[in-house]
Amino acid sequence: MPDPSPEPAFIPYVALTRGQKARRFIRRNPTMIAGALLLALMALVAIGAPWLHTVNPVDMNPIDRLKSPGAGHWFGTDMYGRDSYSRVIYGSRISLFVGLVVAALTSVIGLAVGLVSGFVRRLDNVIMRAMDGIMALPDLLLAISFVALTEASVRNVIIALVIPQTPRMVRLVRSIVLVLREQPFVESALAMGARLPRLMVRHLLPNTLAPLIVQGTYVMASAVLIEAGLSFLGAGTPPEIPSWGNIMAEARSYVRVAFWLLLFPGLFLALTVLSINLLGDGLRDLLDPRIARRMR
Amino acid sequence: MLVYVLRRILATLPVMGIVVVFVFLLVRIAPGDPAAIIAGDYATPENIQKIRVGLGLDKPIYEQFWIYLTSLARGDLGRSLHSRLPVSQLILQRVEPTAALALSTLSFAILMAIPLGILAAWKAGSLIDRAVMVFAVGGFSIPIFWLGFLLIYAFSIRLDLLPVQGYVSFREGLLPFIRHLILPTIALGLVYMALLARITRASVLEVLQSDYIRTAYAKGVRPPGVLFAHALKNAAVPVVTTIGVGFALLIGGVVITESVFALPGLGRLTVDAILQRDYSIIQGVTLIFALVYALVNLVVDLSYTLFDPRIRY
Repeated sequence: MPDPSPEPAFIPYVALTRGQKARRFIRRNPTMIAGALLLALMALVAIGAPWLHTVNPVDMNPIDRLKSPGAGHWFGTDMYGRDSYSRVIYGSRISLFVGLVVAALTSVIGLAVGLVSGFVRRLDNVIMRAMDGIMALPDLLLAISFVALTEASVRNVIIALVIPQTPRMVRLVRSIVLVLREQPFVESALAMGARLPRLMVRHLLPNTLAPLIVQGTYVMASAVLIEAGLSFLGAGTPPEIPSWGNIMAEARSYVRVAFWLLLFPGLFLALTVLSINLLGDGLRDLLDPRIARRMR
Repeated sequence: MLVYVLRRILATLPVMGIVVVFVFLLVRIAPGDPAAIIAGDYATPENIQKIRVGLGLDKPIYEQFWIYLTSLARGDLGRSLHSRLPVSQLILQRVEPTAALALSTLSFAILMAIPLGILAAWKAGSLIDRAVMVFAVGGFSIPIFWLGFLLIYAFSIRLDLLPVQGYVSFREGLLPFIRHLILPTIALGLVYMALLARITRASVLEVLQSDYIRTAYAKGVRPPGVLFAHALKNAAVPVVTTIGVGFALLIGGVVITESVFALPGLGRLTVDAILQRDYSIIQGVTLIFALVYALVNLVVDLSYTLFDPRIRY
């Protein structure tokens, strides 16, 4: 099929102003921008919780029990008369914190273990079999067992999420390293006498970052979801902390009389996860369309 | 083929071995003392010690592991710390609702997602394609328990069309059985559907761009013929792989869904065990789920030959 508009032999170079470049970037990456904006908004809500017209999220006020959403209480009140709006706003803190920490820890551990596994053949087999073993357990189940067997605390929830999420990261890094180690630039670095640690940090690490960041966003999204799920099941954040999962767990028997108690925390949770997923998809397409296939 | 099946089963064994070690260690490393939990709040130290000896927890850890391993080999998953009933018996009692939910979700998700994915790929770039992709991203972001409550609120409480919660065995009538499963199936199936639709779309799209598809067009094969006779079978392998890998989502989701819809299945058993800190039940259920997950992926691996004769064993 002939090209309907053949490329001119000479494309005049037109310098774009910074504003034009920005506009073009936004036009080309709408999902990523939408995701980033939504996530930034959530982060602002989390940081600015004390200034967002909230009352103390744990203050009980029995006279105002189960009030439906209105002027005084935007998201209504729960069975103890606590202001649902304030609780939901404060709940964003725990979700984003857990998500960020889990994504950061998994990336660091995954990077370290993956680099070693990809380059040190003797350790590779052992490491990968251990990862297979962890991956043979469904992630939510593994997290449930871990938290159930330890004390419920934010720290333990984070550990419980890092364990099942790490193998995927290790696999990703390892698969990239296996390709990279055959590349001429690695060979020449070796030939020039670069030692293993230097090779890893200076030559391999920078090349794994893009896919790692993308995978990190997916880890963050599932960490936020699973943290809420764990709390909802009573195996997550301690019940006195107003996390979205906890709020919904307490409200579950009021689905008939006070549906708003379930509606708002779930909506915030879904929007947060959506924003992270959109950002991740956008970053994936932006950084390297080919890595899309290596994911999941 | 038979040799391959055997070899593939043997390859699953080391992984299962690691799972067993993991599940065993999980309980031993945990800070809580099972003996103290059984003994209750008012137990004397002597009492706790007696229970500890009774459970074999005073023995060195490798001896404990050997005991654990040999009893597993006999199909003995231990006894519940609270009711003292065999864990295997407790699990068997709860299998039916979970199996029913998993099977209905699996079929629902596959039957919905694959046609949607194919349609999206076939009409790539169209409004339908965009809608499917939006749905796929959205489905990944909606928490199962939230969706569950939304469905309960809309269809059971407001519209009064379906039962709110609970489970009715198929032996007590097919219609109530199905009616009780509809909402849990949708709630649990959405994530799985989103995942499958996305992979199906990507896979079909990739196949449609390959050379032999162009050849088929050039020979004069009509578009439906190209899609059904040439493209779909070759796009199947990644989709089937994802059905297997995504089964983990289903297992995790089962626990949450059963909790939301009060289904008396394995997930419910797990959650009750968490609340009572009943270690042996958690161990047993985790092991069973891991086994099922491994089996599903084994079947998936074996099914590759059906779709791609180039994969020979």
